[in-house]
Amino acid sequence: MLDPSFLFAQSLSGLTAAMFLFLIASGLSLVFGVLRVLNFAHGTFYMLGAYSAYQIVLWIGPGPGTFWVAALGAALGIAVLGGLIERLLFRHLYGKEELYHLLFTYALVLILSDAAKILWGTQQKSVSRPPGLAGAFTLFGVTVPYYNLFILLLGPAIALGFWFMLQRTRVGRFIRAAALDRETLGTLGVNVSGLYTGVFVLASFLGGLGGALVTPVRTIVPGMDTEIIVEAFVVVVIGGLGSFWGTFLGALIYGQVLSFGILLFPRFSIFSVFALMAAVLILRPWGLLGRPLK
Amino acid sequence: MRLRRLPWPLVVLVAAFFVPALGSRFYTFVANDVAIWALFATSLNLMVGYTGLVSFGHAAYFGIGAYTTGLLMKKAGVSFLLAFPAAGLLAGAFALVFGFFCVRLTRIYFAMLTLAFAQIVWAICFKWNEVTGGEQGMPEIPYPSFDWMEGLAAVVPLVGGYRTSEYFYFLTLVLVAACLWLLHRIVDSPFGRMLTAIRENAERAEFIGINVRRYELAAFVLAGGFAGLAGGLFGIFNRGVFPDFVYWTKSSEVLIMTLLGGMGSFHGPSLGALVLILLNQQIVSYTEYWPLVLGTILVVLLFGFPGGLAGAAGALWTRAAGRFRRA
Repeated sequence: MLDPSFLFAQSLSGLTAAMFLFLIASGLSLVFGVLRVLNFAHGTFYMLGAYSAYQIVLWIGPGPGTFWVAALGAALGIAVLGGLIERLLFRHLYGKEELYHLLFTYALVLILSDAAKILWGTQQKSVSRPPGLAGAFTLFGVTVPYYNLFILLLGPAIALGFWFMLQRTRVGRFIRAAALDRETLGTLGVNVSGLYTGVFVLASFLGGLGGALVTPVRTIVPGMDTEIIVEAFVVVVIGGLGSFWGTFLGALIYGQVLSFGILLFPRFSIFSVFALMAAVLILRPWGLLGRPLK
Repeated sequence: MRLRRLPWPLVVLVAAFFVPALGSRFYTFVANDVAIWALFATSLNLMVGYTGLVSFGHAAYFGIGAYTTGLLMKKAGVSFLLAFPAAGLLAGAFALVFGFFCVRLTRIYFAMLTLAFAQIVWAICFKWNEVTGGEQGMPEIPYPSFDWMEGLAAVVPLVGGYRTSEYFYFLTLVLVAACLWLLHRIVDSPFGRMLTAIRENAERAEFIGINVRRYELAAFVLAGGFAGLAGGLFGIFNRGVFPDFVYWTKSSEVLIMTLLGGMGSFHGPSLGALVLILLNQQIVSYTEYWPLVLGTILVVLLFGFPGGLAGAAGALWTRAAGRFRRA
């Protein structure tokens, strides 16, 4: 059981899962950090991203660049959808009770996932790996598909890019300021309402991108949205709601707990993840890297 | 207005007893479903509406109740007389443990922790094949025995000659009515007023000497216990217990019901259960896309009628009554 290459394989698969989760959870965390809204529909954006990517691949047909065009197109499409929802509906609920936010985003889950069923049916769909990354290589006796390597590199790259945007750019400064004090930022002449839309669009983009990129490794099925959203909740709660690096850390922990949990207690790996979430909430409600809300 | 003086809950209860007399098994089935969900939603409202605690994991207690009664009756052959209260007690016990931690948190963190605990319960029900039947659940939960009813029928006229499912429906009505009456007594008691005070302003409640956490925990346990009783009934009614009773989407369904009916009134959630289930039955005969319709209703409700149906009806009533008086 303690064969090192086996352990390496396990941790690698946990790491890959973590990178996907990070992509999805970072959008969730961003929206929570700035808008103070927990978006149940974020998982549905992810699912729609996956279906859209599948659809675009179908339209364009096989080719070297098809997958990448599809992934980007799907993410952009979901970003537009997110923007529309925020502009037309969601903004009218700001300032109301949290229960209304939660229920509204849940209504979106119901509507959008049924819309996906109408458009794509209930059959499983899948997308093949992009031709350039179809192969695999061997590392320490473990076969690693190139596509997984790509995901392993993309996760940290997006994290760094995101971090750079938040810390070093003007928009990033506004976003961080909005998270702290919306009203003061507004009185300083910043278009906070536009900023909120922007944040929502960016988060939807990340969710859609996550969904599109996951298609070569997981089948697309109805119900993948309600499954991923609780996973993303676990991740952001562990790391700290609204904390950026917390989300990254949360995703890493989640991936490892899940893939080693399967080894140690094959039946209760899901259990261990939720137990971890509960433990973090009990001991440190604001998460490992978060800050307590005032 | 005279109409207002009528004891409406009693009228509804009496009317409900005549549903099987309509002669359709389907009506009885729907009415039974409504009665159980009415209890489930009202138990949630004790937390959400009266105490202001938004739980996203109420299905956990419903599921614990369902599994308790199901396991006891199917695997241990325990009589319903014991298995039913056991559902409430065990669910209440779990609520005590989980609630102990939950009430220490506020708002979104509270909701998240209730969700986490519910998912833990779900994961156990989903994977513990030997006991819960795992993903396949536990089919064929037996009905309680109604032989004594047949015996009673020999003495008292009109109580015999029903199907088992109809006897179970009558039993459900009696038990749900008793539970709702108890819940009503609870929210109308000084204890219930304290809960409302906490909802309105927990800080002030603390200042006048209320131990807020203890009261919240009490509400949590009561809500969990009654949800467990509803679950115990539902497992038998549904002829099986399945892990999706506990999945987080169930918790949001019952929240929607509560909101649809109106959290501001005691009978709102029951009304929500009635409307939502009837609507579901109507709509699924036309289209399989019930969630789409439900989601749309929810959006309309959130933007148009935040007080729910009971709120909207109350406003209409006041307006109509005012016009009547002026005329």
